Amino acid sequence: MSDHDYQPSSKLGKWFNDRLPLLTLSNHLQEYPTPKNLNYWWTFGGILTFCLITQIVTGIILGMHYIAHADLAFESVEHIMRDVNYGWLIRYVHANGASMFFLAVYIHIFRSLYYGSYKSPREVIWIIGMIIYFLMMATAFMGYVLPWGQMSFWGATVITNLFSAIPFIGESVTNWLWGGYSVDNPTLTRFFSLHYLLPFLILGLVILHIWALHVPGNNNPIGIDIKKPSKDTVPFHPYIVIKDLFALLLFLIVFAFFVFYSPNILGHADNYIEADPLVTPAHIVPEWYLLPFYAILRSVPDKLLGVIAMFASIFVLVILPWLDTSKVRSAIFRPIYKQFYWFLVADVLILGYMGAMPAEGTYLIIARVATVYYFLHFLVILPVLGRKEKTLDIPLSITEPVLGGYPNQATTKNNQNIKEKL
Amino acid sequence: MSESDKKKPNRRDFILTATTAAGAVGVGAAAWPLIDQMNPDASVKALASTEVDISGVEPGQSITVLWRGKPVFIKRRTKAEIDSARSVDLKDLKHPEKDEDRAKDPEWLVMLGVCTHLGCVPLTDKGDYNAWFCPCHGSHYDTSGRIRKGPAPTNMEVPKYVFINSSTIKIG
Repeated sequence: MSDHDYQPSSKLGKWFNDRLPLLTLSNHLQEYPTPKNLNYWWTFGGILTFCLITQIVTGIILGMHYIAHADLAFESVEHIMRDVNYGWLIRYVHANGASMFFLAVYIHIFRSLYYGSYKSPREVIWIIGMIIYFLMMATAFMGYVLPWGQMSFWGATVITNLFSAIPFIGESVTNWLWGGYSVDNPTLTRFFSLHYLLPFLILGLVILHIWALHVPGNNNPIGIDIKKPSKDTVPFHPYIVIKDLFALLLFLIVFAFFVFYSPNILGHADNYIEADPLVTPAHIVPEWYLLPFYAILRSVPDKLLGVIAMFASIFVLVILPWLDTSKVRSAIFRPIYKQFYWFLVADVLILGYMGAMPAEGTYLIIARVATVYYFLHFLVILPVLGRKEKTLDIPLSITEPVLGGYPNQATTKNNQNIKEKL
Repeated sequence: MSESDKKKPNRRDFILTATTAAGAVGVGAAAWPLIDQMNPDASVKALASTEVDISGVEPGQSITVLWRGKPVFIKRRTKAEIDSARSVDLKDLKHPEKDEDRAKDPEWLVMLGVCTHLGCVPLTDKGDYNAWFCPCHGSHYDTSGRIRKGPAPTNMEVPKYVFINSSTIKIG
């Protein structure tokens, strides 16, 4: 990065920048050299930033009208829907915004898995991202409790009861989480407080995520290290800015479709019934974005082991940079990994579907197989594949395959050389 | 770039201007609901009028009722109070208003019990005019609720109201 020699043109700018180098930062963000072959899967970082800001803005507004009290919460949400000016719009944007946020984050994560963006030197970006993802799930879960409908209440009951699986202290921990002997008003008020807090922690982590990204620079579809700045890069502004904005526009069309045409399709009708601690709904499922983990939880017949399996399924992602032993980043040059990648995508989709189905009969068997395969992929296939797989030849630069055919055998490094070098 | 190129907007300039304009309209349209949500909502507007039973108010008495979250003074004035309000020369007033315009029925004075200085509630039957006196910063109002002395700039506001029948007033 060549930011340190940046000088603002105006005198005032220079005076300010010498005291707080914000202009250097904004210059860095504009000139930041970006690989010129980034495809549309790379636009989801910007889309996710937009999602986070949208959730925070609409959330702060909903907080102005919402009342965090077991007797008043449900009614206050209806008040937002019926009385508050554009309250229906703001609430639907917030509720569907959560789903859009997760849709984007799953695409972002699977993009990273395909192109090996989690590998050295980007492990810290990946781990921060996983912490963000985990906080997102916690935030979304607590937010879903706030309307105090039947699904809110029983979702809160089931998820907080996960902690009762902890040996010896499980009951004390759940009572501590609840602030009582069941999910009730104290639970609601603390969930509201934390639901308000966590997005700002996420925002802070997003800043660290981007900071950590700007140290090595973006990975790219070819997955090779590139010289920055060079013929292989373009400045972030205007090239990536405009591309990101265009992708955001397309994303907003999908977003708007849900908000305006099917605002409740991703939710559950039961949540329009006020919370009743005496009656559990017949079929209780979490929101779609948590379903794969819910399937893993249910597929283990033991309470404690089920909870452990569920948390382990997230933890294996955190240590992924060390589980995948292959030095080649992009799946483009890993023919076998590419196949296993799509098996994993299918596996997660199957888990999600099984999470929505009753945990019995064939569903349960399929869910168990899918759970085993999930762990197999990360704990066995990836470590072994990295050592055994014969990868394709890798181009030396981004420009080179474009100019000289794909890949140009004459100018490629031999795989063996790369492995030796690394 | 030659001189003529600089003057004549080209296709790129047009696209840039059109995109920016469309974007600005879009952002504005998206921002409006976020701003408008802070305006009084439907449940607040539904409470915009209040009906008050005044059958128990004797001459000289004053009651205070709540309308839109603010106090409304309903004073049944005595003959002496009406006379003192109507005999004032308009030239002596900081905010000239005829008592006839402020009280449709001279016996009944209905006004917002909010001092026009900084919004405190004035005390009844107090001050230099033995009418209303605001304890916050010393504004004196007369028997028509007009500012006579002190920092308040205008008379106390008369809301929209109607006599539904001889014993009921609808405010708002």
